[in-house]
Amino acid sequence: MKYLALATGLFAATIAVAETPTLTVYTYDSFVSDWGPGPAVKKAFETTCDCTLKFVGTGDGAALLARLRLEGARTDADIVLGLDTGLTAAAAETGLFAPHSVSAEYDLPIAWDDPLFVPFDWGYFAFVANAGADLPANFRDLAASDTSIVIQDPRSSTPGLGLLMWVKTAYDGDAEDIWRGLSDNIVTVTKGWSEAYGLFLEGEADMALSYTTSPAYHMIAEDDDSKVAVPFDEGHYMQIEVAGKLAGTDQPELADRFLEFMTGEEFQSIIPTTNWMYPAVMPQGGLPDAFDTLIAPEKSLLVPADEADEVRDKALEEWLRALSR
Amino acid sequence: MAARAVAIARGAPGHVAAALVAAVILAPVAAVLWRAGGGGWPGPADWAALRFTLTQAALSALISVALAIPAARALARRRFAGRRLLITALGAPFILPVIVAVLGLLAVFGRGGLVNAGLDALGLPGIRIYGLHGVVLAHVFFNLPLATRIILQGWQSIPAERFRLAASLGMTPTDVMRHLEWPMLRAMLPGALMVIFAICLSSFAVALTLGGGPRATTVELAIYQAFRFDFDLGRAAVLASIQLALVTLAALAALRVTQAGGFGAGLDRSLRRFDAETPALRLLDAAVLLLVAAFLLTPMAAIVWRGGAALAGLPVAVWRAAAVSLGVAAASTVLTLALALPMALAALKRPWLEVVGLLGIAASPLVIGVGLFVLINPWADPTALALPVTALVNAVMALPFALRVMIPQLRDTVADFGRLADSLGMRARDRLRLVILPRLRRQIGFAAGLAAALSIGDLGVIALFADPDIATLPLQILRLMGAYRMDAAAGAGLLLLTLSLAVFWLLDQGGRADADA
Repeated sequence: MKYLALATGLFAATIAVAETPTLTVYTYDSFVSDWGPGPAVKKAFETTCDCTLKFVGTGDGAALLARLRLEGARTDADIVLGLDTGLTAAAAETGLFAPHSVSAEYDLPIAWDDPLFVPFDWGYFAFVANAGADLPANFRDLAASDTSIVIQDPRSSTPGLGLLMWVKTAYDGDAEDIWRGLSDNIVTVTKGWSEAYGLFLEGEADMALSYTTSPAYHMIAEDDDSKVAVPFDEGHYMQIEVAGKLAGTDQPELADRFLEFMTGEEFQSIIPTTNWMYPAVMPQGGLPDAFDTLIAPEKSLLVPADEADEVRDKALEEWLRALSR
Repeated sequence: MAARAVAIARGAPGHVAAALVAAVILAPVAAVLWRAGGGGWPGPADWAALRFTLTQAALSALISVALAIPAARALARRRFAGRRLLITALGAPFILPVIVAVLGLLAVFGRGGLVNAGLDALGLPGIRIYGLHGVVLAHVFFNLPLATRIILQGWQSIPAERFRLAASLGMTPTDVMRHLEWPMLRAMLPGALMVIFAICLSSFAVALTLGGGPRATTVELAIYQAFRFDFDLGRAAVLASIQLALVTLAALAALRVTQAGGFGAGLDRSLRRFDAETPALRLLDAAVLLLVAAFLLTPMAAIVWRGGAALAGLPVAVWRAAAVSLGVAAASTVLTLALALPMALAALKRPWLEVVGLLGIAASPLVIGVGLFVLINPWADPTALALPVTALVNAVMALPFALRVMIPQLRDTVADFGRLADSLGMRARDRLRLVILPRLRRQIGFAAGLAAALSIGDLGVIALFADPDIATLPLQILRLMGAYRMDAAAGAGLLLLTLSLAVFWLLDQGGRADADA
């Protein structure tokens, strides 16, 4: 039955292609889930484009790039959405992306002038804790305290990699020392963000690595203001999520329209309460009230995209050395 | 003589099935190698990961099986109200998605868990679950039920007549152990060890989460790193091949030391253990069962407790995913049986065929997924094939359990009744219908239940092929967690647990409709 329905659906889709064009967007899995931005974005874009917007979800940002590399120039994707600045240099190197024509008034902590990739949201990594606890003010404080943390493995998780880059940019030569100091604070290292955040909510650790925007979810969706992001005075590492157009797309105009739409009012106002990140372009209505209560880091840290690979490899080596002892 | 006794096992269909299974596992690995343009040599960190993987898998297998022996013995020689229910419920950990089970375990052994709360109340220092011991604890939690069931089947394969004879000869429990139980264990244990070792080899999320850090890096994590960080497909494929080679070696070793039980035929009467009816042994068995039940069921209770509140308010998408998962499970169960029966028959003559089946659980899910993707992508849209591919991969993953459950019983049946069937001049089809299948009912039911439950609980390869509109239940649980909805995820976890157990119960009971009460 299921397969029959599936086959019928495919057949119908094939016919539909002849009439309305389809724009295929590869993205990470949580973007397309019922609780992510995907369904609302699809609906909004399809009412304006006279086309079908087809999302294809694959793991996370790194898995997305790996899939694109697997498919190479033969890929069906017109747009790839969900890479971050740690991946854009490697993505650009594939030669699969084409320059975009979007210009927008970005609301980012840094200037944006990448010719291939358009940002759609951003956030700061931060440790999230229960309000009222005695919380450290930086990594050295944390290492000296007995506050326990759960983090993600940089080899399998994007936030895990973000933390690696955070410590490396904040401490450079001393990063390995910091990790050695943190080793007795780390309860465990998980495969992905969900496991770490789940363990924290279950009380397995005092803090988990997440985003400064995480408390907004609890306030808005659960009416719970007991979770706070902890400000660190070294500054916070940023994640800027971007999309790009494939050079081999058979829908170049539609792809341009989508990127334009992506920095527009409708898309951007969906982001804060579905992806729980800051919009790349501030929507006219501003942000939900709960976002006003979030911490605003004084210093933004980010490794330039073209240095990301090199810094990452070195930082991972140090991380493994410091924590494997 | 031996050749005639297994005349039924003319192997052609079995060999075809084995070739198909080997193709499903090896072709993707080969495809990844081909796509990479050659292998990549693992670095020192990869070898360290391999050492850790072997250590934890060996420890987990040994401890699971060692604990399963007294548990299976107690279940075999005692009759009590709720025994069957207990046997089914004990199987629950095995079919849970990893993260749901880990959260259940932490509710008992974690920082704020029951054990630490109890120790704290007594003024004793707390325990810390994270480390190699935590990894092994979790693996024992997952695999003790499977080991218990496999060994329990061994006990049940000893005909009641032998125990009656033992009783009339005035044998003590020690004598019974030496003459009946130990030979049976010699036949069962290597297989049980082999299966659990193979499962633990490809463990990843459990090992990492409870291992407490990069010291607990397993081969599967090294494969992730090769794939995601370095896009070194060659190294990923070589690591996956090493994993497969290890399982093959372990399995061949296990098959070498396995000896057939050889108890001869009985009349399938219900088992009454005259030798074990002493108060001390009753007490011992009761204690063993209580401890095992507490160890396995307390985390389950935590999952029920956590998920119960959210169950009623689950989003429609979760129910839809549950329906999809049931459909996939039905397909993969049929497929598992269709592969397992001919392979089990053929394996009587060529035991190494079982090794082919084992590869399925030891293969790296990431490499299999990527390989299938590479294979399918030039011909069809992998996303459109997500469900059939998931059903196929789930079937292959369940195959080793089905084989391990069926082969010993099949061997005994053919040994006990093969000559009689020969002398009656029964044709192969009649033998299958009149002799083999009726005696294999219990095993077929159990294997079908296991295959269905595993398929419902397993994420399989769908995460790599996911379609926004079609999700299975485990994928939906991941998505809920990824969207901060931990409570709903707990509810969906409970739904999954309930569905898996219900399906398992139905199929398992179906196979034992005529079994002793």
